[in-house]
Amino acid sequence: MNLSTGAVTQLVALSTGTLLVSAVVLVWRRSLRPAVRLIALQGVALAVLVATIGLAEGGGELVVVAAIVLVLKAVVVPFVLDRGIAAGGPDREDQARLNPTAGLVSVALLTTLAYLVSRPVTAALGGGGPDAGPAAAAVPVGVAVVLIGFLLLVTRRRALSQVVGFVVLDNGIATIAFLTSAGVPLLVELGTSFELLLIVLILAVLSGRMRSAAGPKALDSMNELRD
Amino acid sequence: MDVLLVLTPVVGLLLGVLTGATGRGVRLAPVVTSLVVLGVGVVLVVHVAVEGHAAVVGAGGGLLRADALSAFMLALVGAVGLTATWGGLGPRRPGPADASARRYAGLVCVFLAAMSLAVLADNLGVLWIAVEATTLATAFLVGHHGTRRSLEAAWKYVVLGSVGVAIALLGTVLLYAAARTAGQATLSWTVLTSGQLPLDPGLVKVAAGLAVLGFATKAGLAPMHSWLPDAHSQAPAPVSGLMSGVLLAVAFSAILRVQAVADVVLGPSFVRGLLLTAGLASLLVAAALILRQRDFKRLLAYSSIEHLGLLAVGAAIGGRLAVAAVLLHALGHGLAKASAFVMSGRILAAEGTTTIADVHGLLARRPQLAVPYVTAIAALLGFPPFALFFSEVAIVLAGWQAGLGVAMGGVLVLLLVVFAGLARATAGMVLGPPDGPVGELPPAARGPMAPVWLALAATAAAGLLAVPLGGVLTAAARAVGA
Repeated sequence: MNLSTGAVTQLVALSTGTLLVSAVVLVWRRSLRPAVRLIALQGVALAVLVATIGLAEGGGELVVVAAIVLVLKAVVVPFVLDRGIAAGGPDREDQARLNPTAGLVSVALLTTLAYLVSRPVTAALGGGGPDAGPAAAAVPVGVAVVLIGFLLLVTRRRALSQVVGFVVLDNGIATIAFLTSAGVPLLVELGTSFELLLIVLILAVLSGRMRSAAGPKALDSMNELRD
Repeated sequence: MDVLLVLTPVVGLLLGVLTGATGRGVRLAPVVTSLVVLGVGVVLVVHVAVEGHAAVVGAGGGLLRADALSAFMLALVGAVGLTATWGGLGPRRPGPADASARRYAGLVCVFLAAMSLAVLADNLGVLWIAVEATTLATAFLVGHHGTRRSLEAAWKYVVLGSVGVAIALLGTVLLYAAARTAGQATLSWTVLTSGQLPLDPGLVKVAAGLAVLGFATKAGLAPMHSWLPDAHSQAPAPVSGLMSGVLLAVAFSAILRVQAVADVVLGPSFVRGLLLTAGLASLLVAAALILRQRDFKRLLAYSSIEHLGLLAVGAAIGGRLAVAAVLLHALGHGLAKASAFVMSGRILAAEGTTTIADVHGLLARRPQLAVPYVTAIAALLGFPPFALFFSEVAIVLAGWQAGLGVAMGGVLVLLLVVFAGLARATAGMVLGPPDGPVGELPPAARGPMAPVWLALAATAAAGLLAVPLGGVLTAAARAVGA
């Protein structure tokens, strides 16, 4: 099955747009349970993106990868995060270092920055002109999602919201990977996906242990070790 | 020969899983894994010494490959691993191993397997997976004691380490995109460094910058070093020895691989600038914080940042002399640092504290702990005849010849500051009148002395063995284009 160019353009725009918008909403909102839903939505959007590129380039391998991405990022990772919240973690990020307005202004600046720094990448992938193809044109969105993931990671203090930031960062990297190169080789792609899952699992276990060792506010008091 | 390449990481992984699952051989499994890695490393090094620098063994359908650098690094992983795991053998406990001991032994084996895979990878994607796997394997090892401080250290380590490695993944992905637009979709290091692909310089610049930044986080280079003192001071002593002595060097060898790709496309000046900045910044951070350090395990961690900074400066200088000196330095630092951490663990067990100011007169009270500790610190300070003396002199000389005189002046000043800080802190611990507990060591502070003395003897001998070792080091430097 081959998709028409118009359909490919629209699907790529839709899925990358969903990724960016959900990342922006994550910066704005503080409740953790909706955040996990948004992470699942990002997983679905990423899977759609992979499947679209796979069908456009006629690569059956990418459709398999899309299925794996869907299972891992839209189902398993949100499930692990949900378990973490259910296990007694706080369900709101009440210690963020940025208020929502400052967060949204930072997001706007980061997105502009993303368009500036992606120039060499889009240029190398086809000049950035109208004939560059939808994939190359969407690379700045991936960079923006990476930068927003960073922002979430450094401005949040609760353990699970830091994990959410990390997952957003990883989704951004995966977006860039699929847009620039139709993904990495299957073996490497499988490795990276499973390592993300393992990191999320390890962080969930560590945050549980920290709660039992230091009480529910474990991460705000992460100042035992310093010089 | 090519079977050995596949076998080394697989044996480590299998032993780790078996030990973790059954609880049999929890004392032996990490030592055996180190021995296997060291054995294969030595076989490969001999192969290089006989066949010359062009000796390359490939395996695993092009995913694995051992050139002179891989052979040297594999032997280093094995040697430091043996020092840390054998030296870290505590008193034998009666009864079956508990869950914590099983997890510890299993994860150490997997950790060693991941490092072997990282140095044997030809595919940059496999290299990335292996480096990330080292983070996964060590996460629970850092938090092994389960105290609030060790869990905090583990959290910071996993978050920062994974973010760093995620940046490296972005770099790797962009390298793949560059190779794909150049006509061959590959992550093979051999192909990327061959110069046959017309890689886009703009894309390679972004990719190499991100990959160097990412792996530099794992290598503990400033300004991405903030996890290192926490993780290395909170982990159990043998794990600290492994992480400080060889994991940093493995991450650094990944930087050398990326540098080789970037140098082919962009010329040496781009990565040289990055590494020189990171190296000098690391030396500066280490010098500033060693001077006012109150905890001796953190002191050793900052000394690792110093030595990795020196490695980065050496790699920035480039050329056969500097890169060979960098590898000799990694060898000397790995063995001496693993010994120092093993001894610091025993000092902690005997004295019950890691505060420098609370330990006095160790030479008079507990010479069996103090003498090896001081010897290891002397090696780290760069006293002759230890290898670090020769490698530091060679790096500074090579830098001078390369026209980096001002930077080398800075390096020398910072090394002097580090020397003063480390020497003063250690003198305060070991000298002075014997006021404190004397007599029989508690069981947890006892352990085999042979690995520590063997490692220190090897550090002393390595600087003098120009004939077999020098040839291998030069071959390894040539393998990354120096």
